Amino acid sequence: MAEIIQEETGKGGKKKAKKTAPHIDMTPMVDLMCLLITFFMLTSALSKPKVMDLILPDKIKDKKEKQEAPKIAKSRTINIILGPDNKVFYYTGLVEDPKNPPPLQETDFSANGIRRILLERNATLSKKIRQFDDDITSGKITMPHDSIEPAKRRLKNEDDTGPIVLIKAYKAANYGNFVDILDEMSIISIAHYIFVDINWIEEKMIETTLGITPASSQKK
Amino acid sequence: MPKIKLPTKSPHIDMTPMVDLFSVVLTFLMLTATMRQPEPANIDTPSSISEKTAPVQNVMTIFISKDGKVFLYVDNGPDTLLKYREKILTEMGKQYNVEFTPAELREFEKSPSSMGVPMEKMKEFLDTKDQASKKVFQTGIPVDSTNNQLASWVLYCRQVNPQVNACIKGDSKTEFPAVKKVLDILQDKNVSRFDLITNLEAVKIKEVNTPK
Repeated sequence: MAEIIQEETGKGGKKKAKKTAPHIDMTPMVDLMCLLITFFMLTSALSKPKVMDLILPDKIKDKKEKQEAPKIAKSRTINIILGPDNKVFYYTGLVEDPKNPPPLQETDFSANGIRRILLERNATLSKKIRQFDDDITSGKITMPHDSIEPAKRRLKNEDDTGPIVLIKAYKAANYGNFVDILDEMSIISIAHYIFVDINWIEEKMIETTLGITPASSQKK
Repeated sequence: MPKIKLPTKSPHIDMTPMVDLFSVVLTFLMLTATMRQPEPANIDTPSSISEKTAPVQNVMTIFISKDGKVFLYVDNGPDTLLKYREKILTEMGKQYNVEFTPAELREFEKSPSSMGVPMEKMKEFLDTKDQASKKVFQTGIPVDSTNNQLASWVLYCRQVNPQVNACIKGDSKTEFPAVKKVLDILQDKNVSRFDLITNLEAVKIKEVNTPK
């Protein structure tokens, strides 16, 4: 008969476990985490894209239905034409005589370029809006957060001193310029601006200013 | 003099703080991450100061790549059960005389990225399983006046989901006529409100002294 004989230790039966701090090897865990972090960093798009509003007028489909063009003051209009190579051209008023168009002024997108020109013209309104912004941040005016935008819009609508900006794009302009100029409009807080098609007189004006003949520009 | 013998011990670094830090970073990334969608064309958006975040649902995003190719992305609506993408493709199929099998429709519905495949190639595109060979079909949606498929896409997107917002994501180097064409097509279909997708840029307004 086999008997299980318990091994007896001399010290009264109680076994003492070795007292060492449990040491877990964390290296594999760290490895895994490193991998996961790298994966998430590479695949995630952290910054959510922002959007900018653009509202274009409805197209007049019915040619018979004559709509009266809105009357705007000539002295307040400024025409901005986006040119090639990040150039911006502008002239004020309108072209009265196609043979003798007003001279185009050239400028650029830097802070001293188109922004300065428009800001000078829009001084009253932009000052008003900045004052309003300051009052909001300093707590002089308190209003619910969602009524700030409508209040600003009201300020813009009431304004009748700022320029009316007509934005046009020459065919060699790029999309980045277009977004830039719309951006300038919101930076300067221009109340009235619109994007319209360029007409042939203005195309010609650009071509003469840049010194390109229509034939060579068509090849492009 | 006898040399002092230092007891050799395997260097044991306590990794606990490192693990702590890693888990925090990992949790943060996992919670904030929105997966970047694979795009058929690399599009470098221009930057603006606008702080409005792009909508995620009910969007119809039109991508315009640097070389003027047009791609479209429509989402599935606020609820995946609505299966807007499937419906839109069926309608498109009806117009261009292409019949899609349920498997193809499901494939289209699942695909999360924008597509720029002409309708004639759509069936082939959906049947191809390999991602790399799928890319060959992405030649852009035709926008010519004779074969204006973008107009039909826009029409059916709005028919199926009337709340859809039009977004335009263009490369900053895109030639303007390509953008103008897309804007014209959208305007023809009575879409006159757009969201232009941009990056955020910080701009300070410089005080300009106005001449008196």
